[in-house]
Amino acid sequence: MRVVIAEDLFLLREGLIRLLEAYGFEVAAATDNGADFLAAVRKGGCDVAVVDVRLPPTFTDEGLRAALTARAEFPGLPVLVVSQYVEQLYARELLADGAGAVGYLLKDRVLDGAQFTDAVTRVARGGTAMDPEVIARLLARNAAPEGPVGRLSPREREVLELMAEGRSNAAIAARLVVTERAVAKHTASIFTKLGLQPSDDDNRRVLAVLAHLGR
Amino acid sequence: MSGYPAPDVIWYSPEERLPPPGGRHRGVGGHLRALVHAAGFLGLLLAGVVLLALTAGPVVVGGILLLHLFVHMHGQLPWPQDRADVLGVLASLACYGAVLPAALLAVRRLALRTSRLSARWCGVTIHQAYVPRPAGRHPDSSWLGYRKRLNWLLGDPATWRALAWLAVNAVAGLMLLLVPLLSVGAGIVAFIIPGINAFPGFAEGAVPRPAFPGNTSPVLLLIGVGMVAAGTMLAPLTLRGYAGLARWVLAPSAQAELQLRVAHLARTRSETLDTGAAELRRIERDLHDGAQARLVAMGLTLDAAGRLIDADPAAARALLYEARDASAKALTELRDLVRGIHPPVLADRGLADAVRALALDSPLPVQVTGTLPGRPPAPVESAAYFAVSELLANVAKHARAETAAVDLRHELGALRIMVRDDGCGGADPGRGSGLRGIERRLAAFDGVLVVSSPPGGPTEAVLEVPCALS
Ligand SMILES: Nc1ncnc2c1ncn2[C@@H]1O[C@H](COP(=O)(O)OP(=O)(O)O)[C@@H](O)[C@H]1O
Ligand SMILES: [Mg+2]
Repeated sequence: MRVVIAEDLFLLREGLIRLLEAYGFEVAAATDNGADFLAAVRKGGCDVAVVDVRLPPTFTDEGLRAALTARAEFPGLPVLVVSQYVEQLYARELLADGAGAVGYLLKDRVLDGAQFTDAVTRVARGGTAMDPEVIARLLARNAAPEGPVGRLSPREREVLELMAEGRSNAAIAARLVVTERAVAKHTASIFTKLGLQPSDDDNRRVLAVLAHLGR
Repeated sequence: MSGYPAPDVIWYSPEERLPPPGGRHRGVGGHLRALVHAAGFLGLLLAGVVLLALTAGPVVVGGILLLHLFVHMHGQLPWPQDRADVLGVLASLACYGAVLPAALLAVRRLALRTSRLSARWCGVTIHQAYVPRPAGRHPDSSWLGYRKRLNWLLGDPATWRALAWLAVNAVAGLMLLLVPLLSVGAGIVAFIIPGINAFPGFAEGAVPRPAFPGNTSPVLLLIGVGMVAAGTMLAPLTLRGYAGLARWVLAPSAQAELQLRVAHLARTRSETLDTGAAELRRIERDLHDGAQARLVAMGLTLDAAGRLIDADPAAARALLYEARDASAKALTELRDLVRGIHPPVLADRGLADAVRALALDSPLPVQVTGTLPGRPPAPVESAAYFAVSELLANVAKHARAETAAVDLRHELGALRIMVRDDGCGGADPGRGSGLRGIERRLAAFDGVLVVSSPPGGPTEAVLEVPCALS
């Protein structure tokens, strides 16, 4: 799988390259600013992009904007945005086109190589990878006890969190140490309580849940 | 407990939310309105006179008794007969002391009312500068609280200006107002009504015919109409004169204004320096106890792992994971610290989007409206951001609200942000440190926070900071 990286800090860029290559990815280009990143993407042959939010020359949200531009030019281009901090505002903007194949993670998650590369793969395959912190804040907003999320059982809430992060039933089952059947049961119940149409497609399902929570 | 002192001058200039002066009393309708407004000012004036009489009552009684006492003492009369007088003097003094602060406050309120109305009705703006009221009651003794209140009232030049206005108003102001009002009133009552009555067959004799020269209906009517017309014509002019008089008496002198301004600047500057220093200390402590300590621990763990790696690879691996977790914790702490110093989203996107981000993080739905056509200066932006953050935190913590709304705009040379909730109300800067902290922080930029929060709600907080956008 070919990855294009945009990260301005040398150490972190090298670290990312080393990590991705160790897990069998091929790094097609490693850039340190938005313009070079866009040029590398336009050259084609990129399966997934990993982009830092803050890039030169502005050192503001240059990377995020480059990622959004790239996705506007190549609809559905898998993009994983990483940042020193996460904002729901940015998560919304990334999810806004409803096409999926996006990720938004804290840079801290790089520390767990297996989890991080799992997220990269998921995004590359059209899935979603949202940082637990984004999800936690999203759920906090929906936490009213009379609201649909407030009526979920604690176990269902756990499942919902993992599902909203973008994990598959199998991954959720492994994480919670239960069977996949049990997870499927919880998922069905969650969808009923939230008033959503159930869906077999994992990617669609995540987007529906995120859209529902982010209203 | 109020953590911080209140700002030391409240600037109030009534023109800010009003149409530009001039052109208020044009046309027939305008002239009639001027008459109504003159009557309104007259009402305020009478209220002032009544107030003066009520306040002066105890003084007059006390004075008479004192005189009585004085005469008696010089008449060498025995003491016991004067005891009642002495008591009377003391009682009137006590009575006077008790009502004094309330009366002074009322006088100030009348003056403020006058300046607001002269802006609204006559387009004459009268700037006000008040020394703000000291916080609530004195915790230890009501006597000290009373002294504090009285000192505040007597020490504020605005009080003396208001008193002067009461006197000037009762004489010169009254005369100005009476010109149009009397002219119209007398024209109607003394000439037009009798004039109409004088027509044969028109309720003959219902009103006695006044004995004016040329006592025939047409002449009477003519005089009456002339007087009404003259009064109406003059009304806008006298009204402007009246407002000008009010401005002359009520507006602080340039020197007084400068004095207040210097005091204000000195206070806010030293507060800003104090806050800055306190903030740096907090950051130092957070780093020292948080990230730094974790990095030390991480170093130790890694060292231990290095020593174990050959003898016990499994244990070494466990230690390495431990070090990794410690680094994740350090990162989280640093992130929170940075958020508290200068939120990245504010740096990235500016105030409007940063406020949107705050709204998204709030546990209740917050609607954000308005835009800013540019960016305020960075320190203003940051102060406004933390103000909104605190206000939204208050809504979540105290208001028991269903929804909240934030509106931001830049108008009349000032950044203006409103935060409103439909909660239980009762917000009181005196009861916490958050609202006072906002006031203090905004004061450094000449900004103000106005909170309206009646019991039962809704709460509306508006902050305004004069600044230009870039
Ligand atoms: N939006 C609000 N609705 C109702 N009450 C409020 C609101 N904001 C503040 N208050 C009340 O005013 C007091 C002062 O608020 P603040 O100065 O922010 O202090 P703190 O939040 O630290 O208690 C609070 O203790 C609370 O009782
Ligand atoms: Mg507070």
